[in-house]
Formats: sequence, C-alpha cells, structure tokens
Amino acid sequence: MKKTSTFSKVISMFRGLFIVLKYGFKRPVTIRYPEEKRVLPPRTRGRHYLTKWNDGKERCVGCELCAIVCPSQAIYVKPAENTPEDNHSHGERYAKDFQINMLRCIYCGYCEEACPTGAIILSNECEISGYTRESLIFTKEKLTEQNPGDSGRDPNREI
Amino acid sequence: MMFTVVEVVIKGLIVILVLMGAAAYMTFCERVILARMQIRLGPNRVGPLGLLQPIADGLKLLLKEGFQPNNVDTFTYWLAPGISLITAFAAFTLIPIGGTILLWDHPIHLYIADVNAGIVFLLAFSSLAVYGIVLAGWASNNRYSLLGGLRGTAQMISYEIPMGISLMTVVMAAGTLSLPEIIDAQKDQWFVWTNPIGFIIYVITAFAETNRAPFDLPEAEQELIGGYHTEYGGMKFAMFFLAEYVNILAVSAIAVTLFLGGWHGPGNIPVLWFALKVAAFVFLFIWVRATMARLRYDQLMSFGWKVLIPIATANLIVTSYFTLVAK
Repeated sequence: MKKTSTFSKVISMFRGLFIVLKYGFKRPVTIRYPEEKRVLPPRTRGRHYLTKWNDGKERCVGCELCAIVCPSQAIYVKPAENTPEDNHSHGERYAKDFQINMLRCIYCGYCEEACPTGAIILSNECEISGYTRESLIFTKEKLTEQNPGDSGRDPNREI
Repeated sequence: MMFTVVEVVIKGLIVILVLMGAAAYMTFCERVILARMQIRLGPNRVGPLGLLQPIADGLKLLLKEGFQPNNVDTFTYWLAPGISLITAFAAFTLIPIGGTILLWDHPIHLYIADVNAGIVFLLAFSSLAVYGIVLAGWASNNRYSLLGGLRGTAQMISYEIPMGISLMTVVMAAGTLSLPEIIDAQKDQWFVWTNPIGFIIYVITAFAETNRAPFDLPEAEQELIGGYHTEYGGMKFAMFFLAEYVNILAVSAIAVTLFLGGWHGPGNIPVLWFALKVAAFVFLFIWVRATMARLRYDQLMSFGWKVLIPIATANLIVTSYFTLVAK
C-alpha cells in the first residue's frame, strides 16, 4: 500500500470540499415531473392499444398468441367467430373480450412481437395510474383505438 | 429591579423565538444546500420556493401520535428531549449579539446575562448536553439507541477536552472570562488571526460536540438506524432535532464571539454582522456534511486523544509563552 503523508491527506480533504462547492453551482439534473416531462425515446414501451385497419375493422383475429407468449400472464382473450351480420375483423375470428391487467404487465413487448396481424402494439404512454386494482384491468373498450391511426400506428400497414 | 426582570424576560423570549425560527429555517437551508451540492433541487413544493416547508414539517410533527414504546423508562424518556433543548438554549443567555443600544433613554445590553465566568458556563452547558443524548439512549429500551447514547457520551467527553483547552488560549489572550470583554479585546484584531490553530481545533471539536458529520456517530443512520432518537417520534423527535440545530447555532455563535470578533465589523450594523458571521459558520457545517464521510469509531477516538489534545496543549503552551513572557 502506498503511504501518503498526513499533509497530502489534509490537502485532499480541502480539495474535496471545493469539489463539492463547485457542484453546488451546477445546474440540478432534477426533472420536476408533473410540470416538466422527460422526452422519451420513440420506441419506449407504454400502454397497449388494439389497432384497427383503415376500413375501421379490428386487426385482432383472436388467435391468443399474445396471451400465450405473455410471460406475466397479464392478457386474457376470449375469441368468437365472425358471422356475415356481425363482422369485426378480416379473419374468421375476432376477440370478443380482450383484457390486459396493467398491474401484471411488465411491458416486455412480446405480445407485440407475437401478434401475426400487428393488432396489439405498445404505445409511448407510460403514465398509467388508478385508485383501484379494477380500474387498471384494461378492457377491450379501453384498449381499442377510437379511430384507425389514433394509437400512432399506420392503419394501412400490413403487419 | 423590576425593570431588569422584565427586560431579561423580554430578551429571553425574543432569543427563544428567534432561535426556534432560525433552527426551523436552518433545516430548510440545509436541505436546499445539500440538494444543490448533490445536483438536486431540494424541497420546492410548499409555498413559494418551498419556503413554507419548515412550517409544514413542524405541523406534521406536532400532529403525530404521541407514541411511547413498551418498557421504556417513562420519566427519563420524556425528560431527555427537554434536557437536550434546554442545554442548547442556555448557551445563548451569554452570547452578546451587539453592543449597548439606547431604548427610551435606557441602555439595553444585547445579551441576557454577563456572567464574569462566561466561558466556564458555556463549557458547563455544552457538557450537560450529553445527558440528553445518553438518557434518551438509556431510556428507550433499544440496543441501537443505547449504543448511540454511549457513543455520544464517549465522543462528547473526549472532544470536550481539546475544546476547553483551545478556548483557554482565547481566555489567556484576552485576559478575561467574560464574553463581552473578550469581544472588546478583539476590536482591532480577531483572535482567529493571532490564534489560528486554536480556531481550527475549536471548529473540529465543535463538529464533534454537535454530533454533525463527519462526527455523527451517535445518530449514524446506516449502522444505528437513528441512534439515540430511534424510539422517539412526533414532537419529542422534533425537540431533539431543534436541539441539534440550536446547538449548531450555539457553537457557531461561540466561535464567532471568541475568534471572529463577535459583532465587530465595518459599518454600524453590529447585529447584522453577528448574524452574517453565524450564517457563514452554519454554511460551513452544511458544506462539510455534504463532503465528509463519517469517521470510524476508533479513528474518532484516536483522532481526539492522540492528535487534537496534544496539538491543543502545545498551542496552549505557545500562547501562554507569548502572552506572559514575550509581551
């Protein structure tokens, strides 16, 4: 071990004091959250959306691949057959009920990767909060985008 | 006679109120300055610039449940915060914060009492402060508290000695024990210039006396949870907290009085000068807390006994040579 003299130890203590003082005049890195928000990268994974085709039909065909791949088992899909009178999607089936438990979801994005039609996507909205557990189980009405393209996904894109 | 009593009571009330307010806002200043030195913002939510934060903290502590753990020594448990606070306030009865002012043709001294053995009184009360800590640790029926109290005792007793010796050099140089006379002796030259080593020793021991970083072993959060005040909550905890901050003000005021010329300074603003010097000292306390890591217990003890006491004694001998022989 290198032996340092007492004098240099004392000097280094004073240098430490002035380094701290110098940092006192730096600009704080704090982001005052509700007023200022961090600019998130464009591929940040936030809450889910169920997207629609350009003609207003749902992309989801009720295949349940997202529910199968989900590592935290947060997704519940109840598929049903499309009938000529009651046609929801381009495929044979559609999701009659689709629930995601946002408290269980770990935002890994596997559901997005697994989806064969590009129906489920993770948006950038990461401010998800609620007063009850029930309010954070997102139902199909809450997950489906109002108009094609609302979620930021191009409704003309194939997958 | 009656007038004197009224005068002292009024002065005492003013001092207590000012100290309470100052201690409350010191906590705020400390939080903001520490935050700035860690590139954070600090409290800024309550009121403009967060200036009402101490009031919110005080209200919160006042409204807490008066909780008392099982098997504590009830009398001592309730007494300890009081001892801490009273001994912290007592030092301020002696500190002169300005000269003599005329109020309605009546001279008012800006100190509560001029005890002819002022420094001895100060040392006595700073030694008594240890009782608050050790009784709190003992009464709490908690091992961590007891360890904190014991550490506090050992630390404060061993740092009392170099502090006393370094103050004796000032007494020798001034030739008096009375604080107003010591301030008068510094009219032309502050004792910090004639006696820098004594000043440095006093500052180091002052950090240890007030249990502040880097000597905050009695309340080392990482090892002892909260040390002697682990089992205290609500206003009882607030009293310990107040006592700590009033103690910082007290040692700062003593340093200013004995080494930095008290209320002397250019211009005719004695009280303001005193406040500015104390504020600078308080800033030093916060600055050091932001920088220094806590000492290990054995390092603390060997530093006190093997470094500070010999240096303080040598300094005392040199000072006595210059005051008695070389004069």
